[in-house]
Amino acid sequence: MSTIAEMGGVRGTTAASHARREAWLRRLPLLPAFIYVVLVTQIPFALTVYYSFFDWNLLKDNSFKFAGLANYARLVTDESLRIAVWNTVLLTISVIAISVVLGLGVATLLNSEVFGKGFMRTLMIAPFLIMPTAGALIWKDTLLNPLFGLLPYLLAPIGLGRVDWVNQYPMVSVVAVEVWRWTPFMMLIILAGLQSQNPEVLEAARVDGATALQAFRRITLPLVRPFIELGALLGSLFVVQTFDSIFMLTHGGPGEDTTNIPFLLYLVAFQGFNIGQASAIGVVAVIMTTIIATVALRTMFSIFQVEARR
Amino acid sequence: MSANAIRANPTGGFPTSKIIWTAVGWLVVFIFFFPVLWMWLEAFKTEPQAASSPPTIFFIPTLEEFREITSGDFPPFFINSAIASLGSTFLVLVLGLPAAYALAIRPVKRTQDVLFFFISTRFLPFAASLVPLYLLARDLHLLDNIFALTLIYTTINLPLGVWLLRSFLLEIPHDLFEAARVDGASFFTEIVRIVVPLIAPGIAATSLICLIFTWNEFFYAVNFTSSVAATAPVFLVGFISGRGLFYAKLAAAATLASLPVLLAGWIAQKQLIRGLTLGAVK
Repeated sequence: MSTIAEMGGVRGTTAASHARREAWLRRLPLLPAFIYVVLVTQIPFALTVYYSFFDWNLLKDNSFKFAGLANYARLVTDESLRIAVWNTVLLTISVIAISVVLGLGVATLLNSEVFGKGFMRTLMIAPFLIMPTAGALIWKDTLLNPLFGLLPYLLAPIGLGRVDWVNQYPMVSVVAVEVWRWTPFMMLIILAGLQSQNPEVLEAARVDGATALQAFRRITLPLVRPFIELGALLGSLFVVQTFDSIFMLTHGGPGEDTTNIPFLLYLVAFQGFNIGQASAIGVVAVIMTTIIATVALRTMFSIFQVEARR
Repeated sequence: MSANAIRANPTGGFPTSKIIWTAVGWLVVFIFFFPVLWMWLEAFKTEPQAASSPPTIFFIPTLEEFREITSGDFPPFFINSAIASLGSTFLVLVLGLPAAYALAIRPVKRTQDVLFFFISTRFLPFAASLVPLYLLARDLHLLDNIFALTLIYTTINLPLGVWLLRSFLLEIPHDLFEAARVDGASFFTEIVRIVVPLIAPGIAATSLICLIFTWNEFFYAVNFTSSVAATAPVFLVGFISGRGLFYAKLAAAATLASLPVLLAGWIAQKQLIRGLTLGAVK
């Protein structure tokens, strides 16, 4: 009896060790990518948190001193961060709201019975593909420039001929360029939603006497809503990080009028070389982004990843 | 597309409304595309034509500015962009394909958590790791080094690459892998002989999406490079300051710098949505 039990036990452990080996073999292909990501993102982030408690400026010798929460205290009292947070929120919300509305409009147009849909979509996504730094400079120098730009020339008849858009309305200019860039993104995602719609349902609604507007509000809109949410959430994760167009158009100015969090970080880290302060800004930025990202990823998972549970 | 084909009204419906909506659609598309068109037009002008008031609409196109840009100091920037984009895309595939395979075909415990972790790093703001990476690069004398930039770009694209490749792998019938395993195929044989050929289109799509994201990257490029390793977007910084009016040259440089991604995006239109939504929308 006992020998049989022992034998059973031995067989049990080899089976268990085999299973463990098997589990590790399954995990093995994951490891290189996993380790790489941890090395380049997680460890630096831990260091960022660490540095944020130190008073450290690269331009001053031997300035690495423990400072407690002084960097954070400075962030609370200093106006710069408050302005940057406000500008980031303002920029993100206006760009996302406007480009979702425009994107929905264009997607609806491209989903209706018009000639040359494919070509229209091809041209429409160009603003999203153009290098952002290039796009911003083209807008600034050849379209918005008060002396040689095309827009002031075209708007001259209605009295807006000598408006220096970038300097007089810096935030409006940045928002305009970013909306130009993100509307195609929203359009692509919403169009995918519209095209997943079963046309027979719309047809049935029409037969039942629903007007086009009613059908759109009652049938189409609820259907594309998850796509709009997805576009808005993903878009805001990108727009929160806007740096290129601000660098090129306004350089954060005039004053701090268009300085958002990424640009403030750039100024503090690479113009001021204030490592401690920049790290504290980094930690705040991570907390803010994590909140948006968590909501975004949850939404994406719940709506779109049903098919992936296998 | 097939849905639209079904919808096309065989009785014709109201052709006038179709014409009106077509006109409205083209007007909207023209407005959005116009800055790109204008950039192209400016690039074929002479400097005085590009900086004229009122703007020059009709002109004889010249390749003068393109010639000057390509024979000047622009090519090294373009080559750096190509090295960083292609190099990081290659690394993403090498690291990402096995990981995607593990997550899709042989799921481990907590697969969802691992996936979540990967994708959360894509949206970790650069503020999170910027300062330590900068200090590390400085101490290792890797500032202004194109290979350091390539490694950073790999980090940016790896989560995206893993997600996309996984979503393509999920589409392969499970039986194919079972059959290969029964035949005694080793892990590497399985990857090389079965996985790679089956998701070749997926690999191509993933590569294009990675290229799009890295080619246009500016923040790390402008802060981690200065002259030797500077990429195409950094070249354009030289046009910010108002040292005279070089609008035609700017437009020519902007056109060339934007061309690879514009073409890649136009070719991979179908995969673009998939890539932008991390595989969520097909």
